[in-house]
Order: sequence, then C-alpha cells, then structure tokens
Amino acid sequence: MSDGILVDLRVIWEALVRFFGLEALVLVIGLVVILAWVQVNALFLVWLERKVAGHIQLRIGPKEVGPFGVLQTIVDGIKLLGKELITPQPVSWLLFILSPIMVFTPVLVAFVVLPFGPHLIIRDINVGLMLIFAFGGINVLSILMGGWASNNKYALLGAIRSVAQNVAYEIPLLLSAMSVVVMSGTLSMQGIVEAQEGVWFIFYQPVAGLLYLIGATAETNRAPFDIPEAESELVAGFHTEYSGMRFGLFFLAEYTNMFIVAAVATTLFFGGWRGPFLPGPWWFLIKVYILIFGVMWVRWTFPRLRFDQLMNFAWKYMIPIALLNLLVTALVMKLVR
Amino acid sequence: MVNHSLLRPELRPPVQMALLDDILGIVRANSLWPMTFGIACCSIEMMAAGASRFDLDRFGAGVFRPSPRQSDVMIVAGTISKKMAPTVLTLYEQMPAPKWVIAMGNCAISGGPFVYDKQYAIVNGTDVILPVDVYVPGCPPRPEALIQGFLELQDKLTKGGKTNFIRHFKRWPRKEQP
Repeated sequence: MSDGILVDLRVIWEALVRFFGLEALVLVIGLVVILAWVQVNALFLVWLERKVAGHIQLRIGPKEVGPFGVLQTIVDGIKLLGKELITPQPVSWLLFILSPIMVFTPVLVAFVVLPFGPHLIIRDINVGLMLIFAFGGINVLSILMGGWASNNKYALLGAIRSVAQNVAYEIPLLLSAMSVVVMSGTLSMQGIVEAQEGVWFIFYQPVAGLLYLIGATAETNRAPFDIPEAESELVAGFHTEYSGMRFGLFFLAEYTNMFIVAAVATTLFFGGWRGPFLPGPWWFLIKVYILIFGVMWVRWTFPRLRFDQLMNFAWKYMIPIALLNLLVTALVMKLVR
Repeated sequence: MVNHSLLRPELRPPVQMALLDDILGIVRANSLWPMTFGIACCSIEMMAAGASRFDLDRFGAGVFRPSPRQSDVMIVAGTISKKMAPTVLTLYEQMPAPKWVIAMGNCAISGGPFVYDKQYAIVNGTDVILPVDVYVPGCPPRPEALIQGFLELQDKLTKGGKTNFIRHFKRWPRKEQP
C-alpha cells in the first residue's frame, strides 16, 4: 500500500517537473520554506534579544509566558495582528502602505543565494554576492519612503539619518567584501565557501572581517549605530507613525536583515558551512547565531554614537582603511599568482 | 477590549465570539507594551520596575515603546498639570484601539497632595480626562505595586485571570467579590 503511494508521489513529482521544469519547482518550494523560516527565525531572535538584554542588565527577561518565555514573541505577534491600523490623515497613503511591504520583500530575495549547506541552496548564481547587496539597497529606499510618507518631522529625520548612515556604511561593507572576492576570484556564494577549503578568510583578511562586521551592524540600524531610531531624540525614528502589523513588518525585516548580514559574514569570512563532525547546515546555523549573539552583545553594552562621530568614523577611517586593504590584497594576489 | 464578564447580564452583547475573544484577551494580557512616558516623580519608580530586581519584562510588559502608535498601555506616572493635560489627552488619542490606562500614584488617582483651596494648576486625577482601568495607590507606589497593577490589568482582560493559562505565575487565590 505504502509503496503504491510512493510510486504515485513519484509520478506526480515527475509530471510536475516535466510541466514546470526543475528550476521553477525548486524556486517555488524554496520560497515557501523561506517564508516559514523567516517567521520562525524572527520569533526566535526577538526572544533571544530580550533574554540576552535581560541577562546583561541583571534581569531575567521574559519568563512567565510559556517555558522560559518562549511563547512571548508569538503572543506579541498575534497581539500586533489584533491592533488597530492607524493611517493618519496627512500621510500620502499609497507610499505609507507600500513602505512596510517593500522593506520586507527584498529581504526574501537574499535567501535565494545563501548557501546553507553543500547542496542546500536554492540557486547558486554566479553574481550571488552582488544580488544580496543590490537588494539590500532597496531596504534603504523603502525606509526613506516610509519616513517621508508619514508626514511627521521625527519620521522624516529618522529616515534621512538612516539614508545618510546607510550610504556611508555600504561603501566599506562592499569594499571589505570585495577584498574577499579578489582572493576567491568568484562572486558566487558557493564558490566563496569552496575557496576557503583550508583556512577561513578571517585569518587572511582580519581587517576586512572587522570592517564588515562594523558596517553590517550599521547597515541593520542597530546600536551603537541606531541613530535612525534614537529614542531620546526622534520618537521612534522612521516608524513613528506605524502601528499594528505594519510596525511588525518593520520589526520582522530588521531581524531578518540581521540574519542575512550574519549569514553573509559567515559565508565570506568564517568558512560558510564548513566544519568537522556535524553536517553543513548545522555548522552554518551555529556560526550565524554566534555572530548574531555578538551583535546583540554589542547592542546592549555600548552607548549610542553621536551623528557626527558616526559619519566621521565611516568617511575618515573606515573607507580609507578598506580601500588600502583592498589595494594591498590585490597587489599580494597579483604577486602570488 | 471590553471584558463582557464584568458587565451586568443585560448589558452583555447578544453575540460573542467566545473563543476568539478569549484568545485575543490572553494574547493582549500577556503582551502589554507601555508607553515611554513619565510626568513626575512616579516615573522614577516606573523605570525601576522595568530595571533589574523588579523586571517588568518577565510578564511581557517590558517593551517600553517610545511611539504612542505602538503602545498598548499608558502609565500616567505623576501629577498632571492643567498645562500638561491636553498633551496627555493627545497621546492617549494617538494610541491604536485596544488601549488601557494605569493611573500610578496618588496625584494621578485624585490629585493627591494638590487638593486644597484655591488650587489652580493641577488636574484632580487622571479620570477627569481619561478612562482609567487600574489605579495603583502610593506616593510614590513601589515598583512591586506597579507590577501588581499590571497583573490586575491582565486579570481584567482574561476574565479575572481564569483564562490566562499560559502565564506560569499564579496569583494568591482571592475571595469572590459580591
């Protein structure tokens, strides 16, 4: 009986493959898995963030809702679904409604090229790294859109700060990624992992790795670079006017972005899915969550930078160092080869 | 959300979405995000309630949102002067729909020490301008008292705490009030 069902499934699968093609099918199934994964990941990360914050501040964090408070973020999410969606009168409503959707959609695209394991990747295209950074740029655009459409001075100021910060920090981010690309000779994510056969790139490129982590923290608008939503100056930054699940989408996008920058850092500098004993995907996830834990640690330990300090740090120190690093890497690679 | 069990039988609506109402009640009770907003000295105790040793975040109420659009509970922590009252009212109106108010401290309950002859500057209690759900007495109340206020609010949303089964912490059983 069970054999018959299996045969039937195989027939159906073959028919589907013949009809749609294997690539399209993998893409569709991958997208469904990604959508589920993004939610679960965000739920886990928000819970982790509150627990880490609690323990760093000598508190316990969420504890009463479910064992160790694990149901806390689910409860928060359902509550956000049940809240009123306020669209204030003076907003330009189309942009206002589009912005949270647009901040969330490009985040999904990056998952297509993330190498979770030696075979666990939806599509290994040869410009994978560039795809991630290109779609990361849309994020900034939608934040500006939301801030502007809100017609609120705090939201607009937060959005402007976010754009200025992202423009400044994307350059060292890309330059440090470029020095890895110069070493590996490919933009494909799987190719970069394969180039780290013996030694992780963090040992060849410690400066680029550090610059990438700093830039990634700034890219995701997290403390000490969280001036776009500095609570003491701007009420809540660009999402001041957003309520309910629209705000929830911004939240979701922020935590998924954190996962993506950590995953890219893992791929570029920490050997991707490589590691002993355990299968590839486990190592990938372990490395990613260790990096995310580091980012959270930084957030709850350091105070917020002032805006001029932030810009000076990016333009006067990080970009020259990243350029120099890229130049030296290129020279050495030319001499070695 | 109106808790129908608190209403007199003839005031209850004829159709209730029983299960959905219960679920929403539980969910809202366990995720009360307060607004980052303090008027006077009681707010120092409110900050202490969020910090270590008291830790409001245990009950899911530690996410102090700076924007009224994202918060559920307004803790009126302090004296409301007549000049401040319109601002407080605006903040309340900016909050999205299921929203609650905790009046913290004697000034917010009734004007406290400011009730005397020819007093011209202080609003005598939050309930003069806003619908208040929970009163937390004290001058100022200790952080434990504010946490108690939050638990009362949770009970108010979950039929006296009867449906709040996902919370581990159980209150001391109380006598049914006539």
